[in-house]
Amino acid sequence: MNPAELPLWTAVVVALLVLLGAGLAMVGAIGLARLKSFYERAHPPTLGSTVGASSVLLASMLYFSVGGGRAAVHELLIIVIIPLVTPVTMMLLARAALFRDRSKEYEQQLAHEAGARRAAEELAQAQAEAARRQEEPG
Amino acid sequence: MSAIILHWSLLMAHFMLAVGLVFAIYRLFRGPRAQDRVLAFDAVYLNAMLQVILIGMRTGLNVFFEAALVMALLGFVSSSALAKFLMRGEVIE
Repeated sequence: MNPAELPLWTAVVVALLVLLGAGLAMVGAIGLARLKSFYERAHPPTLGSTVGASSVLLASMLYFSVGGGRAAVHELLIIVIIPLVTPVTMMLLARAALFRDRSKEYEQQLAHEAGARRAAEELAQAQAEAARRQEEPG
Repeated sequence: MSAIILHWSLLMAHFMLAVGLVFAIYRLFRGPRAQDRVLAFDAVYLNAMLQVILIGMRTGLNVFFEAALVMALLGFVSSSALAKFLMRGEVIE
């Protein structure tokens, strides 16, 4: 297929859609690199995976349909799959992250309690030792 | 005219996706915990898939669409398997 044979409106629309999609994917990746906590970072990549991927794939669909002279709609597969599948992954990942954070807090709490118990035992032992020394003759 | 527009817009889009890949790979190596790395891995997969779609538009071949479809499905499967692994410690129970 020769891109020079495409009508001008197709080229302009394809260019705009491609630039929009790639720009959104780039903004999402920059947000992924810049935000502070994991729960904030979970949001920006979905920008690229919903609107970004859809507009790039729409551009591809338009390009191959007009350039090939017949409707090429197989890109609809990816357009349907990606927004359907991204929330599932994100839910799984967010639940796993929440589980890990909570279990970490729980472990810290356990360690704290164990430390306190050990300190109390050592104190009791020292007191018992002191009492025994006082009872000893001499 | 339309060839020039398409050429330069596809080149700009390649560049933008490459910048996105660089930032996602930065998070992949830096990420303080494992879930950040999984998130970055998902973003890397998505940006690479869009690059493959753009290469397909540039060359005008339909083969690249199938590669992109496989990449979309594999990205979902691998990300959800990694999330499941982080949750349980094993993938298939």
